[in-house]
Amino acid sequence: MSKTQVNFILNGQPVEVLVEPRELLIHVLREQLLQTGSHIGCETSHCGACTVDFNGESVKSCTLFAVQAQDAKVITVEGLVSNGELHPLQQAFMDEHGLQCGYCTPGMLMRSYRLLQENPDPTEAEIRQGISGNLCRCTGYQNIIKSIQKAAAVINESGHDEAKSA
Amino acid sequence: MAATAESLERKEKLQGIGCSRKRKEDPRFIQGKGIYVDDVKLPGMVYGALVRSPHAHARIKSINKEKALALPGVITVLTADDLKPLNLHWMPTLGSDVQAVLADEKVGFQLQEVAMVIAEERYIAADGVDLVEVEYEELPAITDPHKSMDPDAPIIREDLVGKDEVGHGKRLHDNHIFTWEAGDKDSTDAVFDKAEVTIKEEILNPRVHPCPIETCGCVASFDKINGHLTVHMTTQNSHLVRTVLAMLSGIPESKIRVITNDIGGGFGNKVPIYPGYVVAIVASIVLGRPVKWIESRIENLSTTGFARDYHGTAELAADKEGHIQALRFNVLADHGAFNAHVSATKWPAGLFSICTGSYDIPTAYVKVDAVFTNKAPGGVAYRCSLRVTEAVYLIERMIDILAQKLNIDKAEIRRRNFIQADQFPYNTSLGWTLDSGNYGPALDKVLKAVDYEGLRKEQAEKRAKGELMGIGISTFTEIVGAGPTKACDILGIGLFDSCEIRVNPTGSAIARMGTQSQGQGHETTYAQIIATELGIPSDEIQVEEGDTDKAPYGAGTWGSRTTPVGAAAVTKAARKIRDKARKIAAHLLEVSEDDLEWDVDQFRVKGVPDQVKTMKEIAMAAYSNVPEGMENGLEAVDYYDPPNFTFPFGAYVCVIDIDPQTGEIKVRRFYALDDCGTRINDMIIEGQIHGGLTEAFAVSMGQLIDFDEEGNLLGNSLMDYFVPTAVETPHWETDYTVTPSPHHPLGAKGVAESPHVGGIPCFSNAVIDALSHLGVTHVDMPHTAARIWKKLHELGVAK
Amino acid sequence: MIPPSFQYHAPGSVDDAVALLSQYGDEAKLLAGGHSLLPMMKLRFAEPEHLVDINNIESLKGIREENGEIVIGAMTTESALISSALLQEKCPLLPEAAGLIGDPQVRNRGTIGGDIAHGDPANDHPALMMALDAIFTLVGPNGSRQVAANDFYLGTFYTALEADEILTEIRFSPQSPNTGASYHKLKRKTGDFATAAAAAVIEMSGDTCQRARITLTNLGPTALRVKDAEAVLVGQVITDDLIDQAAQKAMDICDPVQDLRGDVEYKTHMAGEMTRRAIKTAIERAKG
Repeated sequence: MSKTQVNFILNGQPVEVLVEPRELLIHVLREQLLQTGSHIGCETSHCGACTVDFNGESVKSCTLFAVQAQDAKVITVEGLVSNGELHPLQQAFMDEHGLQCGYCTPGMLMRSYRLLQENPDPTEAEIRQGISGNLCRCTGYQNIIKSIQKAAAVINESGHDEAKSA
Repeated sequence: MAATAESLERKEKLQGIGCSRKRKEDPRFIQGKGIYVDDVKLPGMVYGALVRSPHAHARIKSINKEKALALPGVITVLTADDLKPLNLHWMPTLGSDVQAVLADEKVGFQLQEVAMVIAEERYIAADGVDLVEVEYEELPAITDPHKSMDPDAPIIREDLVGKDEVGHGKRLHDNHIFTWEAGDKDSTDAVFDKAEVTIKEEILNPRVHPCPIETCGCVASFDKINGHLTVHMTTQNSHLVRTVLAMLSGIPESKIRVITNDIGGGFGNKVPIYPGYVVAIVASIVLGRPVKWIESRIENLSTTGFARDYHGTAELAADKEGHIQALRFNVLADHGAFNAHVSATKWPAGLFSICTGSYDIPTAYVKVDAVFTNKAPGGVAYRCSLRVTEAVYLIERMIDILAQKLNIDKAEIRRRNFIQADQFPYNTSLGWTLDSGNYGPALDKVLKAVDYEGLRKEQAEKRAKGELMGIGISTFTEIVGAGPTKACDILGIGLFDSCEIRVNPTGSAIARMGTQSQGQGHETTYAQIIATELGIPSDEIQVEEGDTDKAPYGAGTWGSRTTPVGAAAVTKAARKIRDKARKIAAHLLEVSEDDLEWDVDQFRVKGVPDQVKTMKEIAMAAYSNVPEGMENGLEAVDYYDPPNFTFPFGAYVCVIDIDPQTGEIKVRRFYALDDCGTRINDMIIEGQIHGGLTEAFAVSMGQLIDFDEEGNLLGNSLMDYFVPTAVETPHWETDYTVTPSPHHPLGAKGVAESPHVGGIPCFSNAVIDALSHLGVTHVDMPHTAARIWKKLHELGVAK
Repeated sequence: MIPPSFQYHAPGSVDDAVALLSQYGDEAKLLAGGHSLLPMMKLRFAEPEHLVDINNIESLKGIREENGEIVIGAMTTESALISSALLQEKCPLLPEAAGLIGDPQVRNRGTIGGDIAHGDPANDHPALMMALDAIFTLVGPNGSRQVAANDFYLGTFYTALEADEILTEIRFSPQSPNTGASYHKLKRKTGDFATAAAAAVIEMSGDTCQRARITLTNLGPTALRVKDAEAVLVGQVITDDLIDQAAQKAMDICDPVQDLRGDVEYKTHMAGEMTRRAIKTAIERAKG
C-alpha cells in the first residue's frame, strides 16, 4: 500500500510523516513521532487514554486516521510543559493525588486542559461530565476532580495561559 | 526522652511514616514519560498477533498458514506443532494444571490462542491473522458449571482423561477438578439439625474481569549469541515469572531477565503467565529478534484473567436472638477450560475459609468443588486476596438475610455476633488466627457519622409512600499478606518478600524490593519507611522494583501483600542497617552501644545532647572508619517470612435510591471506615480506597463476562463491559480507626483491597435492603437497571 | 484491532465526493466522524476499498436560519449542535439530545449527518429528526432531492440514501410557540446507546394538545414514529390517563431486540416509560 505524506503541527513544531492511509493517529504519534505519552486502552473510542488536542478540540486519536491530521494542530501531553514549567493541571494532579498507575493520566490531562479552556470555572458536575470520555480504574475520579478544580483556581488567579504548543 | 521542637523539625524534613508525601512517580507520569510495555521499542523488533478460535469447543482439523506466509512482511506463523519440538506447546498453570500455549488439536474456549503470526509491522501481523485458515469441527459446549458433571456432559479436557487428580486430590468426573473442604462437617451438620433458626440462599459471585486500562503485553528478546533472554512484560510478580520461564524453557534462570517498568494497573489481571507471553518468547528464541505482543482490549476481556464465577449455596444456623451458631457454605467454582486459578499450592480455593468474617461463629464447614467449562481459564484475585471477595460477599449477605428473617436491625445483628476486642488474637472455626480487631467502635463511628437512625426513619417514611430506599451495611474482615511460607507457596516457592538497602557514603540510599507497583506508589511509601527507620530524607532514597537482575527475589504485588510482607522486609532491612550504624556510632563516639539512643536521624550519647553522630556521618564512616573486625559498607538484605497474615477490617454504609419505573439505582451516599493498622501515607491510602470502592461499585452494579449457551462471549469490549465514568461514580466519604497488627514490624496491615472486598457486599446489601420489605432476601449481581426492574416487575412494583 | 488497507480520498466539494462515490460504487464508504466506521473497520466487519473523507468539505458544516427554516449541514458535529445559540433558542431539543450522545470527545467528531445516514436504529438523531419533521437533502450524480425523515428509514442500516448519494443538509421548522419538546434516553452508562429513548414534540393550547410528534430510538428495526400515541393526545385535554394510553401505544408498536441492555420485555416497558416522561416534560415546557 502506497504511503502518503502528512504534515501537521505537533506541540508547536511542524512534523512530516509518511503513512499508510489506514494508520491511526495514535500509532503514528507513538511509533513514528515517539510521543509515547498518549496511550491505547480500548481501541473502540471508549476509554480516552489516547485523547489529544486536535485543532482546539479533544479527540480520541485511536479513532482518527493520521492522514486526517493534514495541516492540523495537535497537542499531546508532551506539549503541556511550557518554558520548562509544568502546566497548572500537571502540578495539581501531583498535589491532589490525581493519578495512580499513570496510564490514563496523559489523556485525562489533555481532556482537562481543553475542558478548562471551554469552561474556566466548572462545577463538580460539569467536570464529571467533561471527563466522562476518559476512564480511570485507579482513582475513582475523586482526586482527579479535585485536581482540576485546583488547577482552575490557579489558572483563574494567575491568568496562566495555554500550553506552549497551543 | 521527650521530642524537642528541633528534633520534630528534623523528623518532619525526613518525610517519613505518617506524612502525606507527594508521589515520586508522578513527575514522569504527568509528562507522558512513564515507560509501559508498549513504549518499549528494541532494534529489529517484530510483532506478534494471535489467531484465535471463534468456537468455544471444537476440534482443529487443519491449519493452513500458506496465505499468511505469502503476505509480504509476515516472517512466520507459529502453531502448537511448531512449539512441540521445544516441548513448549503446553505450560504449567498457577493452579497445578497445564494449559495449552497454542491449541493442541482442540480448543476449549472462545478466542483461545491457536496460532501467532509474526510480522515486521504491527499492521501486517494483524493482516496475517486474517489469512490463517483454520478448519474446525465444532463440539457441544458447556457454559453452565452446574451441567459440567452431568453423566453425558462432553469431556472438555481429553488430555486429562484417566487422570484421577489434577494437583488437588481426587476427581469425581472428567470435568471435575477438585474438592476442597475446611472445618468440621459432622459437628456443623449437628448444629444445623438442632438450630432454632436456619437460613439458606443461593448466592453467585458472577464472572467479572479486572480490566486495567493497560492490557497485557510483552517484548521478548533472546540474544542467540550469549543465550540471554530478556522479557519486558506487564507482570505483578517478575521473579516468579522468571522462575517459571526457566523451568519451561530450560534456559538457566541466571540468563533470564524479566523487566517491568511502569504498569498501567493490574488488579490481579497481571499475575498469571499467559500464552501470548510464552509464544512471543518462543518466537524470539526461534528468530533471534525481539518480539512484541500486546493484547487488544477484546482479547484482554475475553481471555486473560477473569475473576470469580463462584456459585455459592450458603447456610447459617442461629438462635432466635440472631447469634450465629454455625456456618455451612458449599461452592461450585467455574474454572473455565484449564485450571489456571491463581492460588498458593495448598490453597486451591484460595483463602475462601476466611468466610466466617468478623463474627464469632463457633462451628463451620465449607466445601468448594471446581469444574471445567468451555470458558476462558483464570480465576485471578480481582483487587482482593485469593477468593476473599467471594467469601466476604457470602457472609456479609447472609448476616443481612438472617437479620431480615429474625426482624433484627442489620447493624444490631452484627454487634451481637462481632468478635470482641478482647478475644484477639482470635482463632476462627475454620483455622485462621485473626491478629487484631476492634469492630464495634468502628461500626458505631460510621453509624453516627451517617445518622443511621435518621436514615432508617426516612426509609420507613419513603416506604409508606411507595418509594424505594436502601441502606447497606458491611462490616468485613479481610485476610491479606500471603503469606507465611509454612502455609503458602507457589510452585514450591515460599511467599516471603524481600528488600535490599544500600546506604551510600554521602548518606543517600538505594533500595530494591521483590514487589511491584502498578500504581500504588511504592517508590513513595517505601522511601517513607526507610526515612523513618534510618533518618535519611525520603527524597534521598531511590526505590527500585521490577528488574529481576537488580532486585532481590520476591513474590510480587498482589493480594495486598506489599505492606504486610514487602514493607516488613523493608523495615527489617533498615533496622539491620541501623544496628550496624549504632555500632559505628559507638565506635566514633567512643562509648558503648548501650550508651546510645536513636533520635530521628542520629545516635546520641544518653544524657549528653551534643554528643551525636548523624546518619550522614555514620554513612561516610561506614566506608572509611569502621570498628576493628567490621566489614566496610552499609547495606542489608532482608527476606521477610511473615508469621501470620494480617486482617484489615472496615465498616461501610451505603445509601441508595431505586427508580421503581426503570430499575435504575442511584447511590446517594457511601461512607467507608477502614482500619488497616498503622498508616504510612494517608493521601495514598485514601486514593486506594477511592479506587477500590469504584471497582466495587463497578462489580456490584454492572460488570459481567457473560456467554450464550454455545460459549460465545457477550459484551467483551468497553461498549458493554461496565467501567464507570466520572458521571456514574459516586462521591466517597472516608474515615478510619487504627488497630495495629501485633506481628507486623510497623503494625501495618495493607489496605488497597479492603474497599473492593468490603464495598461489593455493601452495595448489594443496600440494593436488597431497598427491596427487603417486599420479601426479597437476595438478588444476584450485577444490579443493572434491567435486572432490578425485572425483580420489581415480578413483585408488581414496576408498571 | 487494526483497520484493513484502503485508498483514501479527501474531496473538497460535494460534487467531487459524489463523483468518487459514483466511480467506486459499493467499494467506497463515506468517512464522517468515524466513530461508528473506524471500530467496524478495526474489527474487520467493514473493509471498504475506498474511503471518501468528507471532513474537508466546508459547505457541509454549519447551522443557519434560511427562509424561516433551520438548516444544518450534515457534517456539523454534535458539539456544534450543543453550543449553537440558534438551536438553543429555536430548537432546544437538539442541543439537549446531542448532549446525551457519546462523550465529549466523541461529540467533537461525531456528526449529525453521519448519525442520520448510518441507518443504525440505536442512533439518536433519526427519532429526533422524525419528531421534528425534518427534511433531508440528498445529493447524487443527478442532482439533489429531498426526502422527509419520516420516509427515510427503510430498515436496519437501510435508508433511502443511494450508494452514490450524500446527505448534505437537514432542514426543519423552528419550534413554534406553545410547543415543548423533550428527549428521554435511558442508558446504562455514559457513551452508551439507548436502552430505550423517546422524543416528544407537543404543541399545547391551554390544557389541550394541538399537535404531537412521538418517536422512539432503538426499539425496532428503525427509529419509530408512534402515530397512534399522537392520535391519543391530539385534540384532547391531557390527563395522566391519556399519557398512559399514549405510552401504551408506544409499547404496542415497538419491536426491540434483546441484548445486554435488556430483554424485550424490559425494553418494551422502558419504551412506555420514556414516552411517558418525554410527553410530560414536553407538555410542561409547552406550557412554559
